Amino acid sequence: MSINEWIETILFFVVLLALIKPLGIFMARVYQGERNFLTPVFAPCENLLYRICGVKKDEEMDWKRYAWAMVLFNLVLFVALFAMMMLQHLLPLNPQKLPAFTWQLALNTAVSFVTNTNWQAYSGETTASYFTQMVGLAVHNFVSAATGMAIVIALIRGFVRRKTGVLGNFWVDMTRGTLYILLPISLLCALVLVSQGVIQNFSPYKTLPLVQAISYDKPMLDDKGAPLTDAKGNPVTESVTVGEVTLPMGPVASQEAIKELGTNGGGFFNANSSHPYENPTPLSHYLEIFLILLIPGALTCTFGVMVGNLRQGWALLGVMLFLLIASFAVLQGVEASGNPLLAKLGVHGANMEGKELRFSLAGTSLFEVATTGTSCGAVAAMHDSLTPLGGMIPLALILLGEVVFGGVGSGLYTMLAFAIIAVFVSGLMIGRTPEYLGKKIEVREMWLSIVTILTAGITVLILSGVAMITPAAVSSMANPAAHGLSEVLYAFASMANNNGSAFAGLNANVGFYNLLGSLAMILGRYLPAIAVLAMAGSLAAKKYVPPSLGTLPTDKVPFALWLTLVILIVGALTFFPALSLGPIVEHLTMLGGK
Amino acid sequence: MKELRPAILMCIMFTIICGGIYPAVVTGIANAVFPKQAQGSFITDKNNREIGSSLIGQPFSEPKYFWPRPSATAEFAYNPMGSGGSNSGPTNPDFLKTVGDRVKVLRDTGISGSIPADLVLASASGLDPHISPEAAQVQLSRVAKARNMAAEKVQQLVTMSTEEPQAGGILGAPRVNVLALNLALDGVSP
Repeated sequence: MSINEWIETILFFVVLLALIKPLGIFMARVYQGERNFLTPVFAPCENLLYRICGVKKDEEMDWKRYAWAMVLFNLVLFVALFAMMMLQHLLPLNPQKLPAFTWQLALNTAVSFVTNTNWQAYSGETTASYFTQMVGLAVHNFVSAATGMAIVIALIRGFVRRKTGVLGNFWVDMTRGTLYILLPISLLCALVLVSQGVIQNFSPYKTLPLVQAISYDKPMLDDKGAPLTDAKGNPVTESVTVGEVTLPMGPVASQEAIKELGTNGGGFFNANSSHPYENPTPLSHYLEIFLILLIPGALTCTFGVMVGNLRQGWALLGVMLFLLIASFAVLQGVEASGNPLLAKLGVHGANMEGKELRFSLAGTSLFEVATTGTSCGAVAAMHDSLTPLGGMIPLALILLGEVVFGGVGSGLYTMLAFAIIAVFVSGLMIGRTPEYLGKKIEVREMWLSIVTILTAGITVLILSGVAMITPAAVSSMANPAAHGLSEVLYAFASMANNNGSAFAGLNANVGFYNLLGSLAMILGRYLPAIAVLAMAGSLAAKKYVPPSLGTLPTDKVPFALWLTLVILIVGALTFFPALSLGPIVEHLTMLGGK
Repeated sequence: MKELRPAILMCIMFTIICGGIYPAVVTGIANAVFPKQAQGSFITDKNNREIGSSLIGQPFSEPKYFWPRPSATAEFAYNPMGSGGSNSGPTNPDFLKTVGDRVKVLRDTGISGSIPADLVLASASGLDPHISPEAAQVQLSRVAKARNMAAEKVQQLVTMSTEEPQAGGILGAPRVNVLALNLALDGVSP
C-alpha cells in the first residue's frame, strides 16, 4: 500500500469509530422512546402516523404477535412491489416507456428487496422506470432496513427484561427507526453525494454525440430475434457506426444514500457503485463505505447502552473490526500482487480488471469487504474478476453469516446467536450451565441460535448442489471450470444470506435462479428472523441470574477471541469443502500457469 | 388479523414518505444548490451544446487521441445503456487471449517495456473516464506524432487534465480524464 492508501484507510476508521458511539447512544434513546434532538420535528409526525394506521404505541406485543406483524407487513410490501413491477408500463415517471417485468423477474426482485437482499437479475437502466426505482425499490430500502433493526432491538429487550411476555411494539420500532435514524442520515448524505456528481433528476435519457464516432461488429438477428450463423456456425455480423449514445438519467442520489445506509445494495444502474453517476469521486466512495458500516457498527453500542454495560457492545465490535481488517488485508494483498498469467503477457501492476481508476486499490478493497461483511451487496468492483483468493474473501465473508458488521439489525442478531453458541460451548468445557447477560442459556435458546446461524449455510449448499446437476443452471455460467462453480456458489450464498452482490458473469435472469433464488432469500431472511424473535420471547420470560465466580465474563478480550474462533470454526466446517473446489482449485491452477 | 390494517396503512404511508416526500426534497435542494452535478456534470461547447459528461468516459481509437481503458459494456464499448464489467475470471482462456490481443495493438504503436495494467484491463462500469498517469505517458509520443505537436505541449495538456487526490491530496490516486484531455487536444476547451 502506498502512503496515501495507508493515510486514507486509517483516517476512514478513525472517523467511523468516532461516530459509532454518539450514533449508538442516540439510537438507544430513539428505541427507548426517550426525548432527543429530533423529537420536536418528528414526534408530531410519528403520532399522526399511529393515528392514521390505528397503532396504539403503548400497546406491547409478545414475540408471536411481533413476528406476525413483521411477516404481515413484509407480505403487504411484497404484493405492492410485485404489482408495481407487473404494471410498470401503465404507471407514471417512465420516460423511456419501459415495459412490465416478466412475472418471474418481478417475483425474484420483489422478494429480493423485501428481504433486504437486493439481488438484481436485471439492469436498472434498461428495465426499471423512475417510478419503480423511487416509489418501489427505494421505499423497500428504508423499511426492510427498519425491519431488521426492529428485530434486533426486540432481541436486546429480551436480554434486558425479566419475567415478562412482551418485547415492544413492532410498528413503533419500525416507524422510529425509519423516521429518526434512516431518513435524516439519508437526506444529509444524498445531498453530499449530489455535490460530488451523483445525479438527481427526472429528465428523459440524454442523447450525446461522441467526439470520435466508432464502429463495431453487430451480430445479425433473424426474424425471430435469434442470432444468425453462417454455414460454419460462426455468427454473422454487420459493421455498425455509432455517432451518438444514450445516457440514462434518474433520481439516483436519494436512492444511493439509503442503499448503502440500509445495507441494501441494489444499484440504480447495472454497474452499481462502480458507475460514475452512482459513485463519482474518492470522497463519495469513502462516504458510501462509511454509510454501509455506520448503523451495524453503532448498533453494537446501542446494545451496550441498553444492556447497561457498554463493554458488552465493544467486545462484539472488536470481533467485527478484527475480522473486517483481516479480510481487508488479505484482499488488498492478493489484488495488489496482480495476476501472474497477465504478467507473462507483459502487463504489470495490480489486478485492475473490473476495477475503477478513481478509487485507490485500498479504497476498492475496503468497499468490497464492507459490502460483503454486511448484507449490503453494493459493489464498486466486479467480484467475478477478482483473483481467485481475492474472490474468496467476499464469498467467505458472506458465508460466515454476515456478522462482520453485518446487515442493519440482522448482523447484530446473528452475532448474538454466535455469542450464545460460544457461551454454551465454553460452558460445556467447564461443566457449568451457560449464561449470557444474566440469562441462562438452555436447550430452547440453543436450538433457535442454531436455526439462526445454519439456515443460510444449509440452503446454500443444497441449492448449489441442485444447480450443479441441473443443465439449465450450469449453462448460465460465464467462466469455465472451477470459476464457474464459484459463480454458482456465490449466487446462492449471496441470496440465502440476503447480500445481493454477485459473481455477475452468471446469467441469473433465468427461471431456475429466479425461482430457487427467491426461495433461498425467503428462507435466509425469515427463518432466522422468526427464530430470533422466539428467542427474544423466551429470554424475556427468564429471571435474572446475577454473575458469580464461575460466570464467563463476556465483555473481555478472551471472550472476544473465543467468539472469533467459534465463528471461524463454524464457517470452516460448513464451507471448506465447497471453497476448496472453487476458489482454491482456481488459485492453484493460476499459480501452475494453466 | 388485527395487524392487517396497520400493515396496509403503514405500507401506504411509508411509500408516500420515503418514496414521495423524501426524493422530492432531495431533488429540490440538489437542483437548487448543485444544479450542474444533479443534471449530470455535462461539458458544453461554445454554443452551449452538451458534448459529453466529465464523469462518463467515451471510446477513442484514432492515433491522434489518447485511448481510454477497454470497456466491456453491452453491444459496443462505452455504451452508457449497458454499464458493467467483463466479469471474466482471472484464469479464463478467452479473457487471457483478449488481453493478449490488446497488448499486441499497443505494442504495434511502438510501446515497449511493461504495459500499465489499466490500459489493457476493462473497468467495472465500462464507463471509467480515467486512465492512470503512466497509461497517458506511454501514449504521449503516439499522439504528439499523429498531431505534429511538440511533446512538451501535449505533456502540458496531460498535466492540465490530471485530477489530483481529493481532500488535500489524501483521498484517491492521481488520474487523467481522457475526454477532457482529448477535447483540449482538439481545441474544444471544456
